[in-house]
Amino acid sequence: MFSRAYKAAVTLPPLVWVTVFLLAPYLLMFCYSFWSVSESQTIVHSWSLANYGQLLRVDVYWQTLLRSMWIAARVTGFSLVLGYPLAYFLSFYAGAKKDLLYQLVIIPLWVSYLVRAYAWKTILGSDGVLNTLLQYVHLTRHPLEFLLYSPFAVVLTLTHIYTPFAFLPIYAALEHIPRNLVEASNDLGATPGQTFWKVIFPLSIPGVVAGATFAFVLSLGDFLAPLLLGGPSGIMISNIVVSLFGAAYNWPLGAAISFCMLLLVVGLLFFSERLEKKWSFS
Amino acid sequence: MTTTPADAAGRATLLSMRKVAKRFGKNVVLRDISLDVAEGEFLTILGESGSGKTTLLRIIAGFETATAGEVWMGEERLDHQPPYRRLVNTVFQHYALFPHLTVEQNVAYGLRVAKRPEVEITSRVAEALEKVKMSAHAKSKPSKISGGQQQRIALARALVNRPRLLLLDEPLSALDANLRRQMQVELKSLQREVGISFIFVTHDQEEAMVISDRIALLRSGELEQVATPREIYGRPATAYAAQFIGHTNLLKGEVRSGMVLCSSLAWPAALPDGPALFSLRPENIRLVSEHAADSGSARVRGRVLQRAFHGATELIRVECGDGLVLVVRTPGSGGTLGQVELEFNSADAVPVRESPERI
Repeated sequence: MFSRAYKAAVTLPPLVWVTVFLLAPYLLMFCYSFWSVSESQTIVHSWSLANYGQLLRVDVYWQTLLRSMWIAARVTGFSLVLGYPLAYFLSFYAGAKKDLLYQLVIIPLWVSYLVRAYAWKTILGSDGVLNTLLQYVHLTRHPLEFLLYSPFAVVLTLTHIYTPFAFLPIYAALEHIPRNLVEASNDLGATPGQTFWKVIFPLSIPGVVAGATFAFVLSLGDFLAPLLLGGPSGIMISNIVVSLFGAAYNWPLGAAISFCMLLLVVGLLFFSERLEKKWSFS
Repeated sequence: MTTTPADAAGRATLLSMRKVAKRFGKNVVLRDISLDVAEGEFLTILGESGSGKTTLLRIIAGFETATAGEVWMGEERLDHQPPYRRLVNTVFQHYALFPHLTVEQNVAYGLRVAKRPEVEITSRVAEALEKVKMSAHAKSKPSKISGGQQQRIALARALVNRPRLLLLDEPLSALDANLRRQMQVELKSLQREVGISFIFVTHDQEEAMVISDRIALLRSGELEQVATPREIYGRPATAYAAQFIGHTNLLKGEVRSGMVLCSSLAWPAALPDGPALFSLRPENIRLVSEHAADSGSARVRGRVLQRAFHGATELIRVECGDGLVLVVRTPGSGGTLGQVELEFNSADAVPVRESPERI
C-alpha cells in the first residue's frame, strides 16, 4: 500500500529517538550498575555484582524501597477511592453538566506540579493554613507537627496529584459501557446496587487496573513530593537515587537501584496489561 | 375503566395504557395513546422510524416516564414502579447481552438477582436454553456466537423469568432476510407455547402481518388503527393505514345519491353525499374479457402503461383516462401492453379517512 521509502521515512525518526534517548541510556545505566567507584572518586569499569549485593545487605535501601511501595500503594488506594466514585457520578449521573465537571477534573493538571506541592506546604506547615485554623477554633493548642514533613504529607500530596490519572482511565471505561446493558440489568429485576456490582463494576475493571497502574508507578518514582514535604521519615527510593547520582557520587549503586525499580515497574505493567486483557470484552 | 375482555377471544386485559403522552421538551413524541393488551396476545406496534413506537415500549418497560397518562397491569399501576419491579422483560434491539458473562450466566442473571435457589436456577436455565435450541453454547461468551444465536439467548434470558409480558424492540432488524423469516415463525410458535403476552415493535409491515394477533399502527405519535392483520389490511381505517400496509390505490371521489364518481369510474356505495376517499387493493381489480358484468361491480377500460414481474404475481399500471392510474395485481400471465378492461366489486373499494399531516 505504501512504498518502502515512505514506510522508512515514517518509522525511522521515532526509532532513532527511542534508541538514542531511551534504549541507549538504559543500556548505559545497566552497565553502570556493575561498575564501581574508586578511592579517588573515579568510576572503575570493572564488572561485579557488588552493587546488587549491597542493595540487599544494607537495610536502608530495601527498607526505603518497601516504604516507597507502601506509600505508592496507599496513594493508589486513595486515588481509586476518590477517582472511581467521581468517574461513576460523572459518567452516569452528571447529565448536561458532564463536560464542565470533566474539565474541572482536568484543570489541576495544567497547574505546575511544584506549585501544587508548595501549596500543600503552606497548608500543612506549623504556621500553615490548617494549623492556624485549628488553633483559632481552639481544637489544638500547639501546631500539629505530623502534618508536614511526614509520610502523611507525601501520601496526601501524591494522592492530590495523581487522582486525575486514576480518574481518567476509569471514566473512559465507564463511558464505554453500553447503556442498554444497564437497562437490561434493571429490566431483569436487578436493583441499582446489584446492577452496579454485577454489570458496571466488572466492565470497568480494565479502567481501574489502568488507573491503579498509573497512580502506583507514577508515585513510586516520585521524588519531589518527598523532597519538599516528606522530611526524614518520608523519603522515598527516588530521593536515594537522586543523592547517589548527586552529592554521594555513587553512580553505579544509583544505577543498580534504578535498574531494580525499572524491573519492578516493567513487571507491574506486564501484569496489569494481562489483567486488563482478561477483563476486556468487545 | 374496568378489566373488560380485550379481544374477541374473550381473553382478559393484561396491560392497559390510558391516555399516555410523552414530550421531550417541546417535541411531542406520543399523544393520547390508549391501548389494551390481552393475556396471551401477540400485539405488534407498527410504525415508521420516529413514530414513537420505541418510546412507547420504553414507557411500558420503565426506561422512560410518561409525561401524562397511566399504565396499568391488572389492578397494579405500573408507571410508578422502577423497571426492576415490573413483571415485564425486554428483548433489546441489539440484544444487550452481558459481554463478561457466558451464555448460561446471561440467562441465569434474572434468577440470580432474584436470589432463587441454585438448583432451581440450573434447571430453569437449562430448560430455557433447550427451548431456544442453544444448549450446546451454554459456556460460550456472547462475542463468540452469531447474531441469530445472540437473538435466541436474549429471548431465553427474558423468558426464563416467566414475565407476564414480553417486550421486543425490533429484535429481528439486525438479521438477514432468510434468518429473519425463520425467526418470525419461531417467535410466533414460541409465543403460543409459553402463552405470555408479547408486545413486538417493528417498522416492517410484512413482519407485522405474519407475526401478530393484532397490529397497533402508530403514526407521528398517535394510534392510526388497532386491528387484526386481516382487518387492517381488508378494512383500513385511514389513507395512511391503507398505504402503509400493502399496496393500494387511493381513489378520491364524490358521492352523489348512492353513487361514487371518480374520474371515469362509477360504483354504488351507501354513503352520504360529499367528497370521499377510497382504498382499492390491486389484487381486487380483475382483468376481464367482454363478458357481462355482475351487478355490484364496476368496470372501466384502460391502457396498460407498465408491467412489473413479481414472481407469483404481476403488477400492472393501467391508465384509465382523466389522469386516473390504477395498479392491478394479476397472476403472472405475461400479457402485452395495450387496451384492457378492468373490473372490481364495489364492496372492495373501502372508504377511508384522510390522514392529514401532523406536526
